[in-house]
Parts: sequence; structure tokens; C-alpha cells
Amino acid sequence: MSPPTLAQVTIRDRTSDEPSCVAQNGFCPDWIRDHIGDYMAPLLRHLELTVVSVLAGFVIAFALALLAHRRRWLTGPITGITGVMYTIPSLALFAILLPITGFGFVTGVIALTSYNLLVIFRNIVAGLDNVPDAAKDAATGMGMTDRQRLWQVELPLAIPEIVAGVRVATTTTVGLAALAFIAGAGGLGQQIITDIVFKSNIVIASVLCILLAAALDLAILAVQRAALPWRRVPV
Amino acid sequence: MTSAIVLASVLGEFSDGLDFLFHERESVAGGVQVGGSTMWPLLGKHLEVVGLAMLFAILVAVPLGLYLGHSGRGDFAASSISNVGRSVPAIALVLFFSSYLGLSLINLVFAMTLLAIPPIFTNTYVGVRQVEDDIVDAARGMGLSGLQIVRKVQLPLALPLVFGGVRTSVVNVIATATLGPFAGVLTLGDPIINASVYGEAGRVGTAMLVAALAIVAEILFAALQRAVTPAALRPPRRSLRERLGAPARLHQVADTPT
Repeated sequence: MSPPTLAQVTIRDRTSDEPSCVAQNGFCPDWIRDHIGDYMAPLLRHLELTVVSVLAGFVIAFALALLAHRRRWLTGPITGITGVMYTIPSLALFAILLPITGFGFVTGVIALTSYNLLVIFRNIVAGLDNVPDAAKDAATGMGMTDRQRLWQVELPLAIPEIVAGVRVATTTTVGLAALAFIAGAGGLGQQIITDIVFKSNIVIASVLCILLAAALDLAILAVQRAALPWRRVPV
Repeated sequence: MTSAIVLASVLGEFSDGLDFLFHERESVAGGVQVGGSTMWPLLGKHLEVVGLAMLFAILVAVPLGLYLGHSGRGDFAASSISNVGRSVPAIALVLFFSSYLGLSLINLVFAMTLLAIPPIFTNTYVGVRQVEDDIVDAARGMGLSGLQIVRKVQLPLALPLVFGGVRTSVVNVIATATLGPFAGVLTLGDPIINASVYGEAGRVGTAMLVAALAIVAEILFAALQRAVTPAALRPPRRSLRERLGAPARLHQVADTPT
């Protein structure tokens, strides 16, 4: 096993004469301040991977959930298949996809999307199942068609469960995307492995990962609050 | 026509990957034999790492979950540990430990133990908390001590969830052990990460092996989970949907892909 050493030259600055913090491989706030810019492109790519995968996962899971809502017996098979996809280790899945879709962003997105399906699917199904019968009956009594009832009553009432699923999927995807470098999809993981012995590099890339997850989680929460004014509890 | 050619070449790569697993061949740069029976040491090291990490994680997480669950303290810990744990990238944890503590098997095991603890802890905690108060009161009324209540009432009733956590963690750890080479430990991740040595066939073949390992572990531990469920709690036959179908909640049982 030979760790990638080539990029160390570019990432470490050895111009100073005295043994610097960097040369001693410590945790170097100065180095981080000077080089934080290098992490912005990988961070952006990480964000792209996450957002595209979660959106794609949501669209597919949403379609599957509506299908399962109409044909109940499909729920079992869909949960089973997405469950198997969920079990496959991400590093392995990235590698397995390489012969099919090649190196790059698309391979990363396909693998990451496959992990979102199960969580989002079962939360949409559960959300729709938990809509009170009284609300459904009232909608039917008001003369709504099945389609109107689904889109105007059931789905809006299921939003909290659906959003919970999307939040879990998002934070999970941020963590998994750190391995997308195996598929050549870049992201913060790519930045981590450019120098796997330099502590400052590992710490800053990891912290950015965690901050990204927290920021996305809060953003989704904020959107939910804005979208569901009737759920705001007066203090 | 073109799609047929593409399909043939994709299938070719996969069957070459399988061939790698069953027959030794020379490495890409030459000189070293890879694949076939040389995979056994990698598999052995992989399972050793998984076994050790799981052992330590169970020894820490189960008693802690039982204690906090029994005493009712730790709602915050149970929810925040699983939430934070989800977004910490496994590779970051592995590299963090190996860069601060050095490259060694025990550091890798340490990092993976930390990854394995949250699901087991959260599930044990939730498992104990969900035991109905009436049952605990009845046991206390019969004169059982606190420790006896934990051992004879709360643990058996929580056991299915505890094993659910162990199942999640085993699959996680099998997946994460592929990062071993970054910590200087040659696990099954080596052919996946270092395709320049093992070749494309090595990468694809080993990836299929790791995927199969995770799925087999999932099935095995699901069976084990059913086996440890007290007969009175065992539903006649649980469908796949019931086993996998609980919706994800933010503050509940941890279950993360890796």
C-alpha cells in the first residue's frame, strides 16, 4: 500500500527555514488560515454531490411512494430492494459502478442516490399512512377526487415525516460523499487523501464536512418552518 | 449494436473481477502474486478488525445503554450521539486516529469501535426505555432489586433492539474496515483503494466480495435478532416490510449506511 504522496508537495509549504508547525505536522491555525481557500472548491463539489443526490433520491423515492400508496402490495418489494442497496458498503458500490459508468461525478451521484431511496421512501409511505382517517373522510365529503385529496390533504399533512426523512438522508449523504473520491467524483474526501498524514489537512476537511451537514440540516429545517406556518407553536 | 458491445465489456469486467477472486495472477507492475488464495490474509485481517471493534463496542455500549436506560438519564445523549455520528465521515475518523496515534491495527480498531458504539448504545437505550413502566413496577413489587430488574426484565425485553443495533454496527464496520489501508492495515479495502497494484479486476472483484459480505452479515444478524427475541414477543412471521420498514426518526434508533 502506497499512500498518495505526490500531492504533499503542493499542499505543504516548506519555504520557512526554522522547523515550522507544518514541518512538525502539528495542528496549525496559521496554515489553515492561509490555505482555507484551497478547500472551497472541494467543499462546493461536496455540496453539489449531496444536493444532486438527495434531490434525485427524493424524486425517485417520491414516485415509488406514490406508486406504493396506490398499489399497497408494492411496498414490500420496494422496501426490500432499496434495503439491499442500502446495505452495500459505499466504497464497494463506488468501485462496482466504475466499469458501468466510469470515473466521475455521475458515478458518485448514482451511488449516493441509491442510499437515499430507502430512508425517503419509507418516510413518505409512513407519512401518508399516518394521515388521520377523519381528514381523509372530510376531504372526500367535500367532494374532492382521489387526486385532489392526495395532493391537497394527504401530502401536506405528511410533510413533517417526509422532511424528517430528507434530513436524515442529507446528513448521511454528506458523510458518505467523503468516499466519493473512489469514484473520481471529488469532494472533501479527495482533499483529505491528498495528504493523509498531515493533521491540519485531515481536521479541516473533516470539520468542513460536519459543518456542511449541520448547515444543510438547519436549512431544511428553516424551509420546513416557512412552508408549514400552521405547525408553528406559539410560545 | 453499440450498447451490446458496451454490455459485453461491462460483463467482461465483472467476470474478470470474479476470476480475480478465485485465481491468483501477477500484479499490474509484476513480481507479486495477487488475487485467489492471496485474498485469504486480507479477508482474515478484515474479519479480525471487525470482530475486535464489535467486541469493544458491545462491551462499552450495552452496559452504558442499560445503565442510562434503567436510570432514565440520557435522553439527550441518546439522540445527539446518533445525530452527530451520522455526519462524521468514517474516513475522517480513521485518518484522524492514525495521524494522531500512528498507523497500527489497534488505532484502526479504536476508530471503528467509536463508529460502532452509537447504533448499539442508542438501540439499547431505546430498548430499555420502551419497556412499559407497569412491567418494571410489577417486578419491583415482586421484590426484585435494581440489578435483577435490569437482568431479568429490561435486558430480555430490550434484546431484540440491542441486536438490531449490533446488526447495524456490524454492517457499518464491515464497510468501514475497507478503509484499513489508510491506517496501514491491509484489509479487503486494499485492492479497492490500490487498483494500480491489483488492477481493475481486483478492484471490482473485491468490491463485490465486500458487498456480499455485508449482505450476508445483515441476513445472519437479522436471523440472530429473531432468535434472541423472547418467545412471547416473537411475532408469528415478520415480513420484510416490517423488518426494514420503520420510518427514520431524527431522535430514534440509529441506522446508517456506510
